[in-house]
Amino acid sequence: MVVTVSERRLFEHELEERLDVLLFASSSHRKLGKLAADLEALPRQQQDLVLHLAGVASQTYAEIGHMVATLAPQALERLDAAGFESWVITALDAYDREGLRPAMESLRDLDGFVAVRAGRRPVRFVEVEQRLGRFVHGLSGRHLSLKVGTYPWTDTEAIYLPERIAHSTVTEDNRLLYTGLAVQMWAQTRYGTFNIDLEAELARWPGREIALNWLAVLEAMRLEACILRDLPGLGKMLVALHDTWPEELHAAWSDLQSPDADVGVTLAWLARFMAQDAVPPAPTFVPRLNPAAAALARNERIARETEVLRRALGALKGTAGRKPATPSEFAAQLKTETGEVEIQLDGEAVTLPPDAKAAAQSLLQDLGELPPEALTPAGDGLWNPSGQDLGLPEQISNRAADFRYDEWDYHRNAYRRKWCHVYVNEVTPGDGQFVRDVKTRFAPHIQQIKRRFEAVRGEDRILGRQQDGEEIDVDALVEAVNDRKSGAEPSTRLFCRRVRNERSLAAMFMIDMSGSTKGWVNDAEREALVMLCEALEKLGDAYAIYGFSGWTRTRCDIYRIKSFADPYDDAVRARIDAIEAKDYTRMGVAIRHLSHLLSAQPARHKLLVTLSDGRPDDFGDEYRGQYGIEDTRRALQEAREQGIRSYCITIDRHGADYLRHMVGPASYTVLDDAKKLPLKVAEIYRKLTA
Amino acid sequence: MKPLEQITPQLASLGEEPYYLPVGDEVALFDAAATKRLPVLLKGPTGCGKTRFVEYMAWKLQRPLVTVACHDDLTTADLVGRYLIVGDDTVWLDGPLTAAVRAGAICYLDEIVEARKDTTVVIHPLADTRRALAVDKRGELVVAPPEFMLVISYNPGYQSVLKEIKPSTRQRFVALQFDYPAAEVEARIVATEGGIQPDLARKLVKLGELTRNLKGAGLDEGASTRLLIHAAQLIDAGMTPATASTAAVARALTDDPEMTQTLDDLVRAVF
Repeated sequence: MVVTVSERRLFEHELEERLDVLLFASSSHRKLGKLAADLEALPRQQQDLVLHLAGVASQTYAEIGHMVATLAPQALERLDAAGFESWVITALDAYDREGLRPAMESLRDLDGFVAVRAGRRPVRFVEVEQRLGRFVHGLSGRHLSLKVGTYPWTDTEAIYLPERIAHSTVTEDNRLLYTGLAVQMWAQTRYGTFNIDLEAELARWPGREIALNWLAVLEAMRLEACILRDLPGLGKMLVALHDTWPEELHAAWSDLQSPDADVGVTLAWLARFMAQDAVPPAPTFVPRLNPAAAALARNERIARETEVLRRALGALKGTAGRKPATPSEFAAQLKTETGEVEIQLDGEAVTLPPDAKAAAQSLLQDLGELPPEALTPAGDGLWNPSGQDLGLPEQISNRAADFRYDEWDYHRNAYRRKWCHVYVNEVTPGDGQFVRDVKTRFAPHIQQIKRRFEAVRGEDRILGRQQDGEEIDVDALVEAVNDRKSGAEPSTRLFCRRVRNERSLAAMFMIDMSGSTKGWVNDAEREALVMLCEALEKLGDAYAIYGFSGWTRTRCDIYRIKSFADPYDDAVRARIDAIEAKDYTRMGVAIRHLSHLLSAQPARHKLLVTLSDGRPDDFGDEYRGQYGIEDTRRALQEAREQGIRSYCITIDRHGADYLRHMVGPASYTVLDDAKKLPLKVAEIYRKLTA
Repeated sequence: MKPLEQITPQLASLGEEPYYLPVGDEVALFDAAATKRLPVLLKGPTGCGKTRFVEYMAWKLQRPLVTVACHDDLTTADLVGRYLIVGDDTVWLDGPLTAAVRAGAICYLDEIVEARKDTTVVIHPLADTRRALAVDKRGELVVAPPEFMLVISYNPGYQSVLKEIKPSTRQRFVALQFDYPAAEVEARIVATEGGIQPDLARKLVKLGELTRNLKGAGLDEGASTRLLIHAAQLIDAGMTPATASTAAVARALTDDPEMTQTLDDLVRAVF
């Protein structure tokens, strides 16, 4: 680009004219006066550069051009001409790739751009995801997943964080910024930012975007105070993320620090600042708000949890599915000193099952109270959140079903007789290469697991009163002495002998082969099986492995990988190799069939371990959701009645909510990452049977 | 034949009142069970106050307390008693259970699931209307006096399939469910037991709550009240709250490096 240095600086009115032409199409067009005034102070060389690039940008999209001109004085303080040009080009690239919003974000993230340009290593989302995820889980107690978003915001179910943060030169500070953002968004869900209709409030102001920015900043101040009160260490970290609040916010700040301050106080201050026509600060450490998305997710959650609670109350009254109950008998009380909710039935406190308790707690977080409808026990009325009734295209097979099993229909509180058709299939064996690879790759781990399992096996039992053995049985000896003294014939069985502990345990592993496991979950399952088999061979427990998948109730497939009778040989290894992702996850019937096989085993202890990657699901809407969960729960109960203990290992970040209800407390593990599966499964089995 | 000598350990009652803060109606229930001579089963997570509760009740009812920590090598003889040789004579030594029955004490079998199944069965006649203990080796039936009370405990959070309490055992007992106390109550307990300020105790309880959120998501159990008290005691002994919590809570809960990191984060969040 050619810029002549000798020319004088442009005056404000000249700049305004030029900008007027360039940014004609921009909706912010009328505020060009201010823009021109800001640019007047720049040297002519920079003025030309700005006008040129703002013009280029506005040919792509007028608003981007406007933003370039607006931020130019700031940007030119920190970037040279080449850097400035690259800053604009990066934003235009973002526009081409992802659209307007990311482009604007890219421009706003001047700090990030400067950091990357200076060769600093930004922190990426994937680097902090795991640790931060566990941290947020610890804070919230209810499910909040972490996802990548173009800018930080939350819909109250997931927290969206930028793909990278390069705000600071120090890597650790960038990490802290990630934590700070996630924590603030957790706080939005915890301290009731979305407890009122924010969209309605925002609609009162003509400049919605400005009002939204104000709201975000003011809420950030309020939430910081909340966090400082409850989690001082975390609060201090948040405070350290930013400089002191600007002078004009101080009055609002001291007001928002009050322990009674709720989002209403924030809105009152929002009204004041909007009335003053003040420009909101836009600090990088404040997450943005998306009230519409948050309200949607929140309402869905409230409906879901209201239903869980109602169902639990219905069960308490013993009326679920039978007769309707009068709603007035239940009352909820918030014990303020503990922050816990107490449900009373006819004046007496009752204990809720864990899932209902969690639902009540969650409702309390969302609403600040339990609404009367949540305290109406569920009666006959069926709950069908999607409200659809699909005629299922059922799968027809020309082969007669090998087995037929009942299925539990929670709507009618009864079984559907011989409802599911089970076909027992063979997988086409693979070449065993996968298993060999895993054995090489995980060799050290396998060695370690084997050693641990040996320790379990090594727990010998001492048999007393033996004819011979390594040690004298003192009890028997004393008795013999006593007998001899009293004239009775002393026993000759005076020794102890160590014998290997007979574990008498049969374990069945049920492997999810549904379509959703395709890829790394499937790999992880197979890796886990290889390690498990290697370890179990050491232990000598009887075990079997079956895969399951299916497509509607008329085609439930069970795949034999290893039966109890099969030795762990090349044929089994080839079949493990061949485990692949197929169709759906109708879990109830698979549990019924495999517990049927397991119950035929002579072992004293029987254990069913399921490996899956999410909630039960089948084609169509029927099995998905509550129906599948209730059926699976029922099938696990049936297994238990046959003396089978079950344990579910699930790779699902959403696991904790439904699993607690589905499998009962203390019998599941949720892994948030499939990579952990291979190392965990054997360890879980060892703990389970130790 | 002269009667064999017999040793019965002398049991003393607790002198000082153990600190116990009731969380519900457990004291009244236990009192009622004691009056009606019913055996009691305490269940709840580790370190939530089951043992302390029994100590407190023993003090309140002014009865001696015999505690047996069960383990998987615990034999019937370990509970009931055995013969010893003294000089040229054999002497019978009462086991803790027999001694408790004779003395009209409270016998507390802690973590009953750890004991071998055949051992558990000897308590059955004591836990129903018979209220008697058969000492086979002596051919003696020791009938329990009205004061004798049998209390067992177990932690349902146990995940081993091999360790479950048998229905025939559990159905003889009045069951009291224990859980970690509500936050405010727990803070009072931690403050009193640990000798620290209520404010600091509340922070420790907050930390406990955060770790309990991670149960099933990487931790087998969250921090127990006992662990929180340990942290408080370390603080009282001059450690900083963060150091104390790291040692007494975070490191005590897990060996997993990733989980340790998260717990450290949580400790930092609270202090």
